[in-house]
Amino acid sequence: MDWDYAPAPESSAIAGIRDRYLPFVNGEFVEGNGADLDTINPGRAERLATVSTTTAEDVDRAVAAARRAYQRVWSRMSGAERGKYLFRIARGIAERSRELAVVETLDNGKPIKETRDFDVPTAAQHFFYHAGWADKLQHLGLGPAPAALGVAGQVIPWNFPLLMASWKIAPALAAGNTVVIKPAETTPLSILVLAEIIADADLPPGVVNIVTGAGDVGEALVTHPGIDKVAFTGSTAVGRRIQHQLAGTGRKLTLELGGKGANIVFDDAAQDQAIEGIVNGIFFNQGQVCCAGSRLLVQESIAEEFTDRLKDRVETLRVGDPLDKNTDVGAINSAAQLGRIKDLVAAGAAEGADLWSSSCPLPSNGYYLSPTIFTSATPSMRISREEIFGPVLTTLTFRTPEEALSKANNSAYGLSAGVWTEKGSRAMGMAAGLRAGVIWDNTFNRFDPAASFGGYKESGFGREGGPSGLAAYLETDDEAVLGGSRSRTAKDEGATL
Amino acid sequence: MAHLSVSKTYKLYLGGAFPRSESGRTYPVRDIKGNFMANAALGSRKDGRDAVAAARKGVGAWSKATPYNRGQVIYRIAEMLEGRRAQFVELISTSTGASARAAGAEVDAAVNRLVHYAGWTDKLSAVFGGANPVSGPYFSYSAPEPTGVVAVVAPAGSPLLGLVSVLAPVITGGNSAVVIAAEDDPCVAITLAEVLATSDVPAGVVNILTGRAAEIAPHLAAHGDVNGLDLTGADVELRLALEQAAAGTVKRVYVPKGVPDFTGPPGTARLRAFLEIKTVWHPVGSVSLAAGSSY
Repeated sequence: MDWDYAPAPESSAIAGIRDRYLPFVNGEFVEGNGADLDTINPGRAERLATVSTTTAEDVDRAVAAARRAYQRVWSRMSGAERGKYLFRIARGIAERSRELAVVETLDNGKPIKETRDFDVPTAAQHFFYHAGWADKLQHLGLGPAPAALGVAGQVIPWNFPLLMASWKIAPALAAGNTVVIKPAETTPLSILVLAEIIADADLPPGVVNIVTGAGDVGEALVTHPGIDKVAFTGSTAVGRRIQHQLAGTGRKLTLELGGKGANIVFDDAAQDQAIEGIVNGIFFNQGQVCCAGSRLLVQESIAEEFTDRLKDRVETLRVGDPLDKNTDVGAINSAAQLGRIKDLVAAGAAEGADLWSSSCPLPSNGYYLSPTIFTSATPSMRISREEIFGPVLTTLTFRTPEEALSKANNSAYGLSAGVWTEKGSRAMGMAAGLRAGVIWDNTFNRFDPAASFGGYKESGFGREGGPSGLAAYLETDDEAVLGGSRSRTAKDEGATL
Repeated sequence: MAHLSVSKTYKLYLGGAFPRSESGRTYPVRDIKGNFMANAALGSRKDGRDAVAAARKGVGAWSKATPYNRGQVIYRIAEMLEGRRAQFVELISTSTGASARAAGAEVDAAVNRLVHYAGWTDKLSAVFGGANPVSGPYFSYSAPEPTGVVAVVAPAGSPLLGLVSVLAPVITGGNSAVVIAAEDDPCVAITLAEVLATSDVPAGVVNILTGRAAEIAPHLAAHGDVNGLDLTGADVELRLALEQAAAGTVKRVYVPKGVPDFTGPPGTARLRAFLEIKTVWHPVGSVSLAAGSSY
C-alpha cells in the first residue's frame, strides 16, 4: 500500500516575485552601478529574479546616507520614538509573513514549513524584542549612559537571509545606530521585501540602507572608513580576514563564524527524543546552520542500537520541493555549496569512515543531497574537524563523560553543543564543561532574541540577542581616559561635517 | 666592617616559580638617574611559550574555583601588597623618580584597585548574565565565563598601578594571565610577583615575563592556546602587528580608546573583554498541583 502524502505545495504566486530588484539606499530603491545578478531558485535550479548590484561607489553613497541620517535624525530622536519604528517594522513583517515565507523559500531553498514557522516569526520577534530596549538602554548593566556608536556596517550570510537581517538591524537601530547592510549574493530578495516594509513604516531615509552584491561589496563595506562598527556573520576564513583588515582602526567588531557542534548522547538519554533533536540539529535548513549539531557523540554501550534507530528515522525524512508543506529537507542553497558538501563527503569516504545515505528519492531538478550519516569516524578526519554546512552527520563514540567533554571540546570552533541525558546533574556538569556559546540540554536549535547567541574560540566573538547583544552596538562605561576624550575617529570626523 | 648589601636578582615568574630566562639573557635596569639598579631577565620566545603552558594549567583550577574564593584570593593580594607598602614606595621612587608621597599614592591606588575587583567576582553573573525570558517551554540562562588564557602587554609609566589595573580584571573574570611587564620597570613587576606568590593565587594563574614586548608579544598574539590579548602597553606600530597576528586565531583583543587614566574609575570594559557569555537551554515540563497532573 502506498502511504505517501499527497503533494501540498504552497503557491509561489503569493511571493509576487518581480523580474528585477534594486538596492535600497537613503530610503529609495535605486539602480546600483554593479552588474546585474540573477538569483537562482535552488529548488528548481532556475532563474528566479534579477538583482541590480552595487559597487564601492554605491557603498560610499550608502554610508554617507547612513551618516546623515544618524546625525540629523536618528541620534536626535528619543529612544521611545525609535522603539515605535521598530514596533511598526515588527508588525509589518507579521502582516506580510506569508509572502515573506514564500519569497524566502523560493530564494533560499529551505522548506516552507521552516520559513513559515521559524524564520519569519522569529524575524518579527527580533524587532519586537529590541523595540522595547530603545528607551531602556540605561538599564542594560553597561553603565549609566550607553551611547550609540554611529554607522554600523553589517554583512550577513545566505542560510537565514531574513532572520539574519532582522537579527542584525533590530539591535543596531534600538541602540541608536544607523545601518548599511549587505545580504549574500545568492539570497538578496527577502531583505529587499523587508526594505519595502521599512519604507512603509516611514523609517527616516538613510537609517537602513541595503547594498547588494558579492564579497567585493562586503569588503568595501566592512573596510569603509566611515563605518563605526562592523558585524559579520559567515565563514571563519572571511571573519579572520575582516579582523585582520580592521586591525589598528579601533572599530568595534563582532564576528559570528563557523561551528562544528557536538551532540552528546548518554546511555540514559530518552532515545526517541534524542533522535528527534539530532535530526533537527543536523537536517534543519539542510544542515546549513553555523550551530548545527554536525558531530554526534554517542556513548559506546548504546552506539550501535542508537545509530540504527537514527538511520530508521532519517529514512523517513522527506526531501523535495521546498514549497511543499510536507517537505522536511529542502534544497541546498547553491550549486557551489552542493559541490563543497559533496567534496567533503567524498573526503570522509576516502578517509575510511562508513558512509550511509537515506534512500529517499530526490527531485530531478535543483540542488539536493540525501541526508547522510558517517559512522566509525575518527576525530582527525576532515569530516570531524571541518564545517560541512550541509545535511551530513559525523558519528563518534565515547565511554566516559570526561572523554565526551574532551572530544566535544577538541575543535577550533566553539559555537554550540547538545547534551542528552536524563540525569540533571550530569547535564548541568556537561553544560559547564563544554567550551561553546550555546548549550542545549535535551533539546537543540532553540533561538530567542532574549537569549544571547555567539561563539567561543574561532566561532567568533561578541554576542547577538539579549543585553550582551546590545552591548556590541553601544559605547559603554569604558575606563577613564587621560585628556578626557576618546579616539572615535569616524564619529569625530562625522561630527565636524 | 661595613655591611655589604645583598643585591637582588630579578627573574621571571612562571607557573608559581621564579626561573631565569631559558635564554640565559639579562638586561640592565637603571633608575631615573641612570644608575644601575639590577639585571632583569630578558625573556625569550620560549619563555613566552612556557608561560602559556603554565597559564593553561593554571586556568583550570582558577576558573573552577568559586567566585567567593576568587574574591578572597584577590583581596588577599591587596592585603599582601599593603604589607609591603614601604618596599613598593621605595622601588617606585627609585625607578621613576616619583616623590615618596606620589609613590605612596600609587601603591594605595593599586591596593584599592585590587579591593575593587575582589568584590566583582561574584557579581559578574548577576550584571552580565541572568535568566532569559524565552517564548517557549524552556529554562534558558546566560552566564559569563572566562575566555581562558589572556596575554597582556602592561603599560609603562605607572609601574604598579598600571600593572595591577590591567592584570586584576583579567584574573577577576577567572582567566589566567601572561603579562609582559613594562620594559623599564621589571623590578616593580617581579616584586609584585612575590606578592602574588604569597597570596594564595594558584600557580600559573599569573605569569610575568620581563623583557621586550616587541620581541615576545608577537608570538603570544599568534599562539593557538592564547584566547585573548590586552594591548594596553603596546605602542601604535606594535598594536597593529599584534592585532593582525591575533586575527589568525580569532582572538579577543582589548585595545583601550586613548591612554587609560588608571587613577580614574575603571569601568567594566576590561572585565567584559575577556568574558564569554554562555547560554544554556533546558526543556521545562509542565507541573500541575491539581489532580491529574502531568510532568
